[in-house]
Amino acid sequence: MKKYTNTGSKDTRSGFGAGLTQLGKTNSNVVALCADLTGSLKMDEFKENHPERFFQVGIAEANMIGMAAGMTIGGKIPFTGTFANFSTGRVYDQIRQSVAYSYKNVKICASHAGVTLGEDGATHQILEDIGLMKMLPGMTVINTCDYNQTKAATLAIAEYNGPVYLRFGRPKVANFTQEDQTFEIGKAVHLQEGNDVTIVASGHLVWEALIAAETLNEQGLKAEVINIHTIKPLDNKAILNSVSKTRCIVTAEEHNFLGGLGESVSRVLAENTPTPQEFVATKDTFGESGTPAQLMEKYGLNAEAIVKAALKVIARK
Amino acid sequence: MVNNCSRIGFVSLVEYVTFGAEKPNIRMSDLQNLEALVTQVRRDILRQVHKVNSGHPGGSLGCAEFFVALYQELMDRNEDFSMDGKNEDIFFLSNGHISPVFYSVLARSGYFPVDELNTFRLLNSRLQGHPTTHEGLPGVRIASGSLGQGISAAIGAALSKKLNNDSHLVYTLCGDGELQEGQNWEAIMYAAGNKIDNLVVTIDLNGQQIDGSTDNVLPMGNIKGKFQAFGWDVLEIEKGNDLDAVITGLKNAKSRTGNGKPICILLNTVMGNGVDFMMHTHAWHGKAPNDEQLKVALSQNPITLGDY
Repeated sequence: MKKYTNTGSKDTRSGFGAGLTQLGKTNSNVVALCADLTGSLKMDEFKENHPERFFQVGIAEANMIGMAAGMTIGGKIPFTGTFANFSTGRVYDQIRQSVAYSYKNVKICASHAGVTLGEDGATHQILEDIGLMKMLPGMTVINTCDYNQTKAATLAIAEYNGPVYLRFGRPKVANFTQEDQTFEIGKAVHLQEGNDVTIVASGHLVWEALIAAETLNEQGLKAEVINIHTIKPLDNKAILNSVSKTRCIVTAEEHNFLGGLGESVSRVLAENTPTPQEFVATKDTFGESGTPAQLMEKYGLNAEAIVKAALKVIARK
Repeated sequence: MVNNCSRIGFVSLVEYVTFGAEKPNIRMSDLQNLEALVTQVRRDILRQVHKVNSGHPGGSLGCAEFFVALYQELMDRNEDFSMDGKNEDIFFLSNGHISPVFYSVLARSGYFPVDELNTFRLLNSRLQGHPTTHEGLPGVRIASGSLGQGISAAIGAALSKKLNNDSHLVYTLCGDGELQEGQNWEAIMYAAGNKIDNLVVTIDLNGQQIDGSTDNVLPMGNIKGKFQAFGWDVLEIEKGNDLDAVITGLKNAKSRTGNGKPICILLNTVMGNGVDFMMHTHAWHGKAPNDEQLKVALSQNPITLGDY
């Protein structure tokens, strides 16, 4: 088994901030817009370095999305920043018409996704955003797993021409992927090789999947762990190749099982090779207040839940 | 670059009709020619919606003078359409349902062949029910239809121009009923607070919306006072269907840009203007004339430049 080391826990939103800071220096077309959450989104450094390219829009997300769409006309590459809830549900129609249908080069960068936002509770947590965004034709949907990957993704989406939804989170989590990695949009990352079960994970659940694979290994079961950071376009080939060996799959995500990564994977399998699948995801519910760890446990979003799902799906083969 | 100051865009009516489609961004000149174009635009609007028995003639007819004035007299436009619109004035239509007038004036200003108006709302057409960039129609820079989004996009484009040291202007048209959408007021607040002074937003004050008069559906009170309270420089065009008055008003607005405030034009128009039975009512907001009604409507607007 490959060994992965946590080089020091960091929040994924800081990876976004670091990426944006770098882009500020390297790409003069990059502009940033924020709806009164500059500190939470870690956009302060960009703001300080490039005040002329930073736009504080106030608590007015609809206008922010529309402005971002307009700024692409003239060649700017706008990065919008607010919480995932306010980046998607609150402004769905603005994104749909002004960004997606108009195919504008806007990067919608969303922090505090999922239940790990924690104590603020369900009004600020969102477990439906991946579904909302992946349903939009032409929208690229990315959910990164750690600081390094989030930074790399932030840099990569600036080079891509088209609308992107980049989803990341609030809490400090293990930082285990390579520093200065190349991020390939739409390309799955193989983390462990195995023949008994495929575990496909996204976002904060990737580290949990690696822990689960170790537990399964202790029980003599070899799990293939794949990090799907791009939910759309999905790396169908990576999934199909893996299940051709393992013949069963667990999907793991901090999102509702309706509309998330798991459903995207199900469709690919149903169309090509129907395969037993278990979903580690929230089950059509809102979140609530609590610490991130408490919430991940209560809603079945940790390594223990992945192990349980893996054993169940292996038995269904 | 077509420069309206030098009036190099003047062409005779015959040349316009014959070569209009091949010459991008042709600009007509004297008032008589422009009046003729307005009448032809009204015919285009009526014939587009009649053919497919759908679309929005009321608001379109009310804004014919505005569009002709804007595209023929005001905007400093580049010969070829580019999405980025650098070093030229650009326009966003926020109330996308009045696409018939937008399409007619775009076509007759050389952005695409006038004959293409025949495809309005048909399957596989670039002339969708509401304007979109999706089908690549020259002259359209953002989709609109779901209301309330145009001012935000215009602010973004205006900021882009400032960053690019491009001194050209951004124009937008909104319906008055459209101001009921909350996003407008986010944008109106932002534009004043951030001195977006290369932006001219026109409000089509026809007092009508689908369910009735704006006063009955959701009274908006003193729109002028509201814009002024938000910090905009507001001017009124009392006779929004008098071409000369519209041109004068738009030029006045243009002269007031660059002074630290966004500009709002309150354009008083009559919905359905130019067709007697369509005027002063919301009934023709989204309803096409039948064969007999079309005949009457067209008889009130005889051919000037030639039908497509």
